Amino acid sequence: MVLLVCSAVAVATTLGILASVLFESFVFFREVPLLSFLFGTQWAPTGSPAAFGILPLLAGTILITVIALITATPLGLFSAIYLSEYATPTLRKSLKPVLELLAGIPTVVLGFFAALTVAPFIRQVGTGLGLDVASESALAAGLVMGMMIVPLISSLSDDIINAVPQSLRDGSLAMGATPSETVKRVVLPAALPGIASAIMLAISRAIGETMIVVMAAGLAANLSFNPLAAVSTITVQIATLLVGDQEFDSDKTLSAFALGLVLFFFTLALNIAALRLVRKYRQHYE
Amino acid sequence: MNDASPPLMKPPLPRILADRPEKMAARGVNIHYGDKHAIKDLSITIPDRAVSAFIGPSGCGKSTFLRALNRMNDTIPSCRMTGAITLDGRNINDPDVDPVQLRSHVGMVFQKPNPFPKSIFENVAYGPRIHGLCASKAELEQRVEESLKKAGLFGEVKDRLHQPGTGLSGGQQQRLCIARAIAVNPEVILMDEPCSALDPIATARIEELIDELRQNFCIVIVTHSMQQAARVSQLTAFFHLGTLVEFGDTDKIFTAPTDQRTQDYITGRYG
Repeated sequence: MVLLVCSAVAVATTLGILASVLFESFVFFREVPLLSFLFGTQWAPTGSPAAFGILPLLAGTILITVIALITATPLGLFSAIYLSEYATPTLRKSLKPVLELLAGIPTVVLGFFAALTVAPFIRQVGTGLGLDVASESALAAGLVMGMMIVPLISSLSDDIINAVPQSLRDGSLAMGATPSETVKRVVLPAALPGIASAIMLAISRAIGETMIVVMAAGLAANLSFNPLAAVSTITVQIATLLVGDQEFDSDKTLSAFALGLVLFFFTLALNIAALRLVRKYRQHYE
Repeated sequence: MNDASPPLMKPPLPRILADRPEKMAARGVNIHYGDKHAIKDLSITIPDRAVSAFIGPSGCGKSTFLRALNRMNDTIPSCRMTGAITLDGRNINDPDVDPVQLRSHVGMVFQKPNPFPKSIFENVAYGPRIHGLCASKAELEQRVEESLKKAGLFGEVKDRLHQPGTGLSGGQQQRLCIARAIAVNPEVILMDEPCSALDPIATARIEELIDELRQNFCIVIVTHSMQQAARVSQLTAFFHLGTLVEFGDTDKIFTAPTDQRTQDYITGRYG
């Protein structure tokens, strides 16, 4: 009974949040047409006249997430392969916790690392090369966010690679395959569905991340895929729109709920896609 | 690995060795697993184109010794070996022998069928691909087909070569693993209790196959089943507590063993 109540509370909370977001969004969409929200290319909630086009934010979110993934996927995956296939047990025992320590760093701390160290560094390098780099750039935020999700990818992938039965490795080695051929042709294909879902999980984590972007990528909602420009993301706008406000009745604050709704569908779609992917490969491999 | 050449004491020559050339041989082999002395001063001569069976109670070292024959024990960090093991007279532990190359000459089939998570075709094509044995796609296809035929599996899978190998039944999977091992043209095939996970019908099928394969390969099989050893092998080696107690023609081992321990084991007194 207690257990039932506990799970009911969790489900009810989720439904409650969804209901409140839906309701407030509904109020917002009475003021601002849905189409101009989804396809508008201007985001200026405090301007006059105010503009509520989500495309610049969507572009910023996607840009930063892509940069983070390009950074984190090879780093995370390769370190997982090293840890599980090549590192000696003693080395693995000391390396893995260190890597996981990275996951424990609060994102605020990563955020000011991005803003105070990485962003100025990129700017210096950029100006040195004659490029026009904003003091806060999508690249800085994306890189640091990539560092943030490295432990997530490596730790999950490491577990998944370890779960590949030893008999498959033995079978491959006994065929006269080298250890690296074994990893590339047998172990990784067998672990692929799991690795894909780990990366999907990392993507939803990156999309939902706020602090690093607030501090390192700026607030300017530019519709741009230039990694050197300042961009803004959905989460950042939600945070800035609601911070300090007590009244939730203006278009400006209500738009935060609409953004929240979009974010919700985004991650939901991603999770469903991840599940689909895993199921498809399962059928293929087992 | 290859220190002081052990005394050349020839084990008693089984009759069957008289008309078949030696394929592999071990002289004074000792294997340690950490602190455990798993194989003690073992010498044996394994003939070509015959089935040699290793029998003995669990933990007697027969699988350990089998894995030494293609240096699979190299993958276990705590495992050390001394003495000499030769393939066609050449020491397989010589520094200039690449274990990866060795394993393409000495293939292995495991206790539990372990097809790769790939299609049936890709499972068999795996070895030829990594060793670059086939120049063209047609050649590869032909080799896959031949290997599947030799493993007696082609008829059952010819219409679904591109479906996952893991979708086959246990016995078919094991024959797929045998086809995979054959595909690289090994000279020796090591089998570590290949039927222990299979039902009696699948087992009978594999045993028939082993009997056919001995025309072309040197086969060494570890088995828990004395009946199986009696059915498929020409030579039987009885292991006990890390030593090779007796090695000889299968019919002789099972009808007139010279050692009391062999006698006790085959009559079911322990094991």
